[in-house]
Amino acid sequence: MSLPIGYYFKALISWMDDVFSPLWDFLSEAIYWMVTSLEGIFGIVPPMVLIVIFALIAWRVAGNKVAVFTIIAFLLILGMDLWRPTMQTLSLVIVSTVIALGIGIPLGIWASRNERLNMVLRPLLDFMQTLPAFVYLIPAITFFTIGRVPGVISTVIFAMPPAIRLTNLGIRQVAEDVVEAAIAFGSTPNQLLFKVQLPLALPTIMAGVNQSIMLALSMVVIASMVGAPGLGEGVLTGITQYKLDVGFEAGLAVVLLAMFLDRVTEALGKRKNN
Amino acid sequence: MFILGHPFSAQERMPQLASSSLPLGQTSDIMEKNVIHRKGDRIDLGTDQIVIENLDKVFGPEPSKVFPLLKEGFSKDEILKKTGHTVAINNASLTIEQGEIFVIMGLSGSGKSTLVRCVNRLVEPTRGKLLIDGEDVLKMNARELRELRRKKIGMVFQRFGLLPHRTVIGNVEYGLEIQGMPSEERRNKAQSALDNVGLGSWAQSYPENLSGGMQQRVGLARALANDPDILLMDEAFSALDPLIRKEMQDELLELHSRLHKTILFITHDLDEALKLGNRIAVMKDGAIVQIGTPEEILTHPANDYVADFVQDVDRGKVLTAGSIMIKPEVVTSKDGPRVALRKMKETGLSSVFVVGTGRTLVGIVTADAVLTGDNLEAKDLSSVLVTDVPTTSPDTPVNELFPIAAETKIPISVIDDNRKLLGIIPRVSILAAISKKEVTP
Repeated sequence: MSLPIGYYFKALISWMDDVFSPLWDFLSEAIYWMVTSLEGIFGIVPPMVLIVIFALIAWRVAGNKVAVFTIIAFLLILGMDLWRPTMQTLSLVIVSTVIALGIGIPLGIWASRNERLNMVLRPLLDFMQTLPAFVYLIPAITFFTIGRVPGVISTVIFAMPPAIRLTNLGIRQVAEDVVEAAIAFGSTPNQLLFKVQLPLALPTIMAGVNQSIMLALSMVVIASMVGAPGLGEGVLTGITQYKLDVGFEAGLAVVLLAMFLDRVTEALGKRKNN
Repeated sequence: MFILGHPFSAQERMPQLASSSLPLGQTSDIMEKNVIHRKGDRIDLGTDQIVIENLDKVFGPEPSKVFPLLKEGFSKDEILKKTGHTVAINNASLTIEQGEIFVIMGLSGSGKSTLVRCVNRLVEPTRGKLLIDGEDVLKMNARELRELRRKKIGMVFQRFGLLPHRTVIGNVEYGLEIQGMPSEERRNKAQSALDNVGLGSWAQSYPENLSGGMQQRVGLARALANDPDILLMDEAFSALDPLIRKEMQDELLELHSRLHKTILFITHDLDEALKLGNRIAVMKDGAIVQIGTPEEILTHPANDYVADFVQDVDRGKVLTAGSIMIKPEVVTSKDGPRVALRKMKETGLSSVFVVGTGRTLVGIVTADAVLTGDNLEAKDLSSVLVTDVPTTSPDTPVNELFPIAAETKIPISVIDDNRKLLGIIPRVSILAAISKKEVTP
């Protein structure tokens, strides 16, 4: 005999699907609109112009070397004829990360000030990060059918934990004497947060942002399994149809995109520090 | 009895004097007398700025469980073992007057840092009373408390507590910025506070580029920037090198004489306490063991704990001429040689001091001189009077009396600004004072 945990989980999911149906519909519409709008923008602007813009951002934030790398990397992607799926992936990653950070950073701030929330959150975050991504892909499909939206949702769930954890950690790591001094001079809780804790926690928070983006990229292939368009499709084709060349090119494009995003966000954290 | 006739009015002029006249009793006796008499006789000492009454701080989940045990007199360790609660402050009462430097001294774990944090409620007292300028601080809501912290109290921390992401001037103006003061006005105030501590030209540097001593000056400037009445200094100089530390102590004293802030200074260092404090409270295991002037602490330690504490102090630096002088036998300049001789016979001394109107010091007459030739038959003392006598002021440290004592056999006379004879110091008294013997008139 076996414990019917799976059965009850399934019952819970279908119950949630019925009861919160309007919410799922709304979320579905909103996310779909965000991703496709971004894809549209990336689609309208000529690739060369976008490459220059990316390079300028990289140069401004991270310096010459990263700018040069950016140009080469995106030219390579363009040369492999993977521009469109790369921009689709980038759109999905950006929307997912923005949502993940938009929920994760405030939650991290809250957890840093509320011991009870922190205790509840810890096992939940472990769960989100270690539960195989395929498993929560299933309820995502239940709620959002297939396509970009369940891709974004599962990516958000997977990418949020580091934002929460590192925001929480960063604020808790701010030296106690500094916090005490700020309180002793009459700071309000908000002044303490925005003038002392967040600026001092920023390098750690940015490390969390960087981690979130990397995790979001690592979900690309899984997202494509539920029908989200992008580089993941190429990798999936490579696996399922044994097309090594297609798989490798798509994989390489993911890596190049990841390096670009990593270097830029990493530099962003360091630059703000001083 | 001209010196000690009215102990507390004498204390107004010379706090040191009163110490030897205070009865050696329980600490609480001394404290109570301070409170009672300050309201009566010592009127021109400042008004009460901070009043702490029966304050307790217990760390733990259920502090009220500890109260009965405290009442029964269980020790801090016993209570910790029994209930798991830490008694950080146990029934502390003290009154800090406007404009004084009040030092709380104790070893680590004595509760002194917790007590200072109770004053601005960085630590919430468990029970008791806390008044600042007559206002009940413990009844304040969050907004009133913030106002108190912003306007009335500045604080300096052992580890400086500077904001590393802000420039020096950004740190100093922080307290003003959060009050919503316009940028230019607060810059100016911050700059003058920085000038005050001699760091005016470092405004645009970051704290990490400054030495420890300089960082603490920034901390001090930050505390002074909003011109508070009260400065809380928690082991403010303890993290500094000895030389820098001494320099900062001197500067603090100088600053205090200019700005007349009420300063509550926490330290574990007795020398620092004696140097800075107008009054000192000694803490042990969360309780205040003794409150008194540096001289009182040194000469009349309330118990063995304080006595052990003060054992190795360089008493010559702390004790003053006023605190070790004794009451002299005097004759007036109108008296004749025979009166002087009789006085000497009475006291068994070979000399007697001569005073004029208003007890001003005129000189000294020795037995040898009176008995020489026919001096005894003279009408007055003018023929035998020696006017060149060694003198000193009452607040001269005993250490500085050694060179004077080495050059003369006659006692050193202690006089005030009007040459009024306050007391004398025989050479033996100096040695007695240094060797921790009770100095009794």
